[in-house]
Amino acid sequence: MTTALLGSRRGMIVAGLIALVGIMLPWFVYPVLAIDIVAYALFAVAFDLLLGFTGLLSFGHAMFWGGAGYVSTILLAKAHAPFPLAVLAAIVYAGILALVVGAIAIRRQGIYFAMITLALAQLQYFFVYQLGDWTGGENGVQVSTRGTLFGIPLDNDKGFYYAVLVVAALGVWFVVRVVRSPFGAVLGAMRENEQRAIALGFRVDRYKLIAFVLSGTLAGLAGVLFAVGNRLSGLDGVDWHTSGKVVVMSILGGIGTIFGPIVGAGVYESLDFFVSKTALGDKTNIVMGTIFALCVLLFRRGIVGELLATRTKRAKP
Amino acid sequence: MALGLSVIFGMLRIVNFAHGAMFMLGAFVAYYGAQLVGLPFFPALIVAPVIVGLFGLLIEVVFLRRLYGLDPLYGLLFTFALVLIIEDAMRLAAGALGSPFPTPPLLAGVTNLGFTVFPTYRLFVIGVAIVVCIVVWYVLERTPIGARIRAATEAPVLVRALGIDTQQLISITFAAGVALAALGGVLAAPNQNVEPTMGDKVIINTFAIVVIGGLGSIGGSIVTGFALGLLQTLGAVLFPAFNDTLIFLVMIIVLLVRPSGLFGTPASAK
Repeated sequence: MTTALLGSRRGMIVAGLIALVGIMLPWFVYPVLAIDIVAYALFAVAFDLLLGFTGLLSFGHAMFWGGAGYVSTILLAKAHAPFPLAVLAAIVYAGILALVVGAIAIRRQGIYFAMITLALAQLQYFFVYQLGDWTGGENGVQVSTRGTLFGIPLDNDKGFYYAVLVVAALGVWFVVRVVRSPFGAVLGAMRENEQRAIALGFRVDRYKLIAFVLSGTLAGLAGVLFAVGNRLSGLDGVDWHTSGKVVVMSILGGIGTIFGPIVGAGVYESLDFFVSKTALGDKTNIVMGTIFALCVLLFRRGIVGELLATRTKRAKP
Repeated sequence: MALGLSVIFGMLRIVNFAHGAMFMLGAFVAYYGAQLVGLPFFPALIVAPVIVGLFGLLIEVVFLRRLYGLDPLYGLLFTFALVLIIEDAMRLAAGALGSPFPTPPLLAGVTNLGFTVFPTYRLFVIGVAIVVCIVVWYVLERTPIGARIRAATEAPVLVRALGIDTQQLISITFAAGVALAALGGVLAAPNQNVEPTMGDKVIINTFAIVVIGGLGSIGGSIVTGFALGLLQTLGAVLFPAFNDTLIFLVMIIVLLVRPSGLFGTPASAK
């Protein structure tokens, strides 16, 4: 289904539409909100690589997102490091963290996997909270300037948005390549029937670990875009509610569809933003929670997934 | 707390994020009971779990029932949505700031144990916890209904074939698990503020306890819960700054050495 979508003309149209919305976005919403949406979209796609294509539900992905965000903002604000170095260091941090966490978590499956990733993410949360000298505790880390890249100042929000958009597009393209590679095929086989994949001689633990590291690293990249875009790393970035948020986005859009999580992130962030502006403002979580609960009960395939399903039904009368 | 989760998971294969929220609701029911109708503390220990348990029953019958045939992950996600809703609803109803909950006068003060002085209320909590553990263990291991619940956990199809209504058993077990969480909430209320997020801190610790002890192993989660409670008390004295991380370090070590948990069997790890 997925590969069919990616290769098909319909898939190209969806991709084109998403790209168009991406390019037009800063004209409709504040640039910083646009950065948030794109960063979350990449985060959700990275997450989907794990849940949708490998079948592993991580409930601790905020640790890569928020953790990498902290590394980049601390380097920018406290060490006045050049922008590329700060970003690179943050991504490396996310990658190494994912390697360690992944090595522990893949020892268990399903629910246990989710609970272990959650617990390890909380472990990092406590460290961030306790190391207030570095992380600012409850105040977080503020960055006064984003610095420069190749001599170009990055402090124009609209300009930075387009840089973020390009990076996120590359990230998504990378995930598409991974999913469509022979490696991606093995991941799919493991998701469908792990015993059989083992019987066929694949070392599933190694594949899982690689998928986990890829996903965590990309989530870290997304977190850097988010933190630098907002010029702020806060505790809520490493909190478990953020881990839950990315799960909600992916399910809302449709897991295992690549485009779904992007749509889900866009819908979630804009809903979140507009609901918080209305009279329902203080009930944002109630609204989002209700939508998500209905999604889990009734539309488990998500927005894009449901669209695909109706399409297939019509095609095969 | 861990006990409620272990019972629910063992039986239903559903991990309940909303357990923390139920914990919080239990505390709030006791709080409002005291504020509005002057409900004393000791009856609240019974009333609050019953009310919250009924609420849990409602959720199970209306929503969760639809998710049983599916991947357990959907149950987890649904309860996560419930947490968002319940927490925000309580924030609206009660405000984000907590309200202090007075320790019942009978249990205020300290008791001299001979070698050390200990707050009476803590002793009371430990006592109640031990009693509850024994009762749960007794019900599950020594009564006909416990036998059915265990049987339904291990071979639901066979049990159904013998003419037992497993659906009803599931509902009862879920409600009981939720009620245990609410009881935990009421017991914890005098030690901390009653606030909408009070369940958050507890649920993560509970998850860690259950992973360490081995899911679905009731004895395991009791022993682990007590051991870790002791460890945290010691940790608070030895390295206060990183006390919160201790439990996770223990979890990592246990996972590396014994992936199925201290008291879990390898088969239940799947």
